Amino acid sequence: MAGAGEGAPGAPEGAPGARERFRDGFRAAVPYAIAGFVISMSFGVLATDAGFSAIAAVVMSAIVFAGSAQFTALSVIAAGGSVGAAVVGAALMNSRFLPMGIALAPSLPGPAAVRAAQGQAVVDSSWAMALRGDGTFDRWFLFGGTAVQYLTWFSGTVAGVLAGGVDVESLGLDAMFPTFFLALLIAELRSGRAKGAAALGALLALALVPVAPAGVPILVASLASLLGLRWKAEPDARAEDEPR
Amino acid sequence: MSDRDIWIVIGLCAAVTAVIKATGPVALGGRELPAWFSNVIQLVAPALLAALVCVSALADGDEWAIGADTAGVAAAGVLLWRGANIIVGVAVAAGVTALLRAV
Repeated sequence: MAGAGEGAPGAPEGAPGARERFRDGFRAAVPYAIAGFVISMSFGVLATDAGFSAIAAVVMSAIVFAGSAQFTALSVIAAGGSVGAAVVGAALMNSRFLPMGIALAPSLPGPAAVRAAQGQAVVDSSWAMALRGDGTFDRWFLFGGTAVQYLTWFSGTVAGVLAGGVDVESLGLDAMFPTFFLALLIAELRSGRAKGAAALGALLALALVPVAPAGVPILVASLASLLGLRWKAEPDARAEDEPR
Repeated sequence: MSDRDIWIVIGLCAAVTAVIKATGPVALGGRELPAWFSNVIQLVAPALLAALVCVSALADGDEWAIGADTAGVAAAGVLLWRGANIIVGVAVAAGVTALLRAV
């Protein structure tokens, strides 16, 4: 079955097929997609406040589809920054997808162009949920998780530009974005070494905030994962059914 | 920023994001996974996510900043840690933050 591209590398015989795994990923990501809808709505409101036309805000969510990068570019534009500063800020914020894509790469079959296309499905939540205990990824689960979040990310911005005039700050909507990532983080803290990497990553990022441009602290924080070199084949708690 | 410049930002952001996402899969696709690589990969998500949370909740631009949103995120964090759903989490974060700003 692996020859038909159905199974991920090393998938056991009788493992669920692509369709089931896509559906499982889709379902697992529904809570994230609902949260993403509201966050994307706040993007739509803030973007129109910053001078985006409604169509520009919606197109940005449709073709960039990355909350952290969109909010970074938006904050640069709202502060009167240049095109270059907005794009570099967004690129640095999205640079975390580089190590994430490297991690995912061995789990993607097919020629380079097909792998490049599949790599576009990486978003933080589906990427984290699709990671298996052995370091490989369930790519169909990833695709399903991203599909539902794409739908709500797009429709959220549409709702935001239609709503308009909402005061994002007084409604506390800006606190939802870090909370979204906090929920993902807590689901990841299953082992002592994950907690160690999280603590080190947080410290690295906070230490760099005053001296490095936006995005760089987060990219550098990924180096905390090198702590993994110090552990030899410790059994991963991820293999157990018990969450966290 | 003019409408035209905004469209340029959007187009460049989309192109750069696509290239970043494609780089790993193109360069390293379909290879066998050495054991050390897997050990490192397991820790990329906690490190990146912790950094994202801390920078977005504890910093404003290039300064550390603690505000109503920090308290909102912290309150949501306690609930999430105790098993609350992410939807409850973001609702509490927004509610607590809005309340603190209102008083």
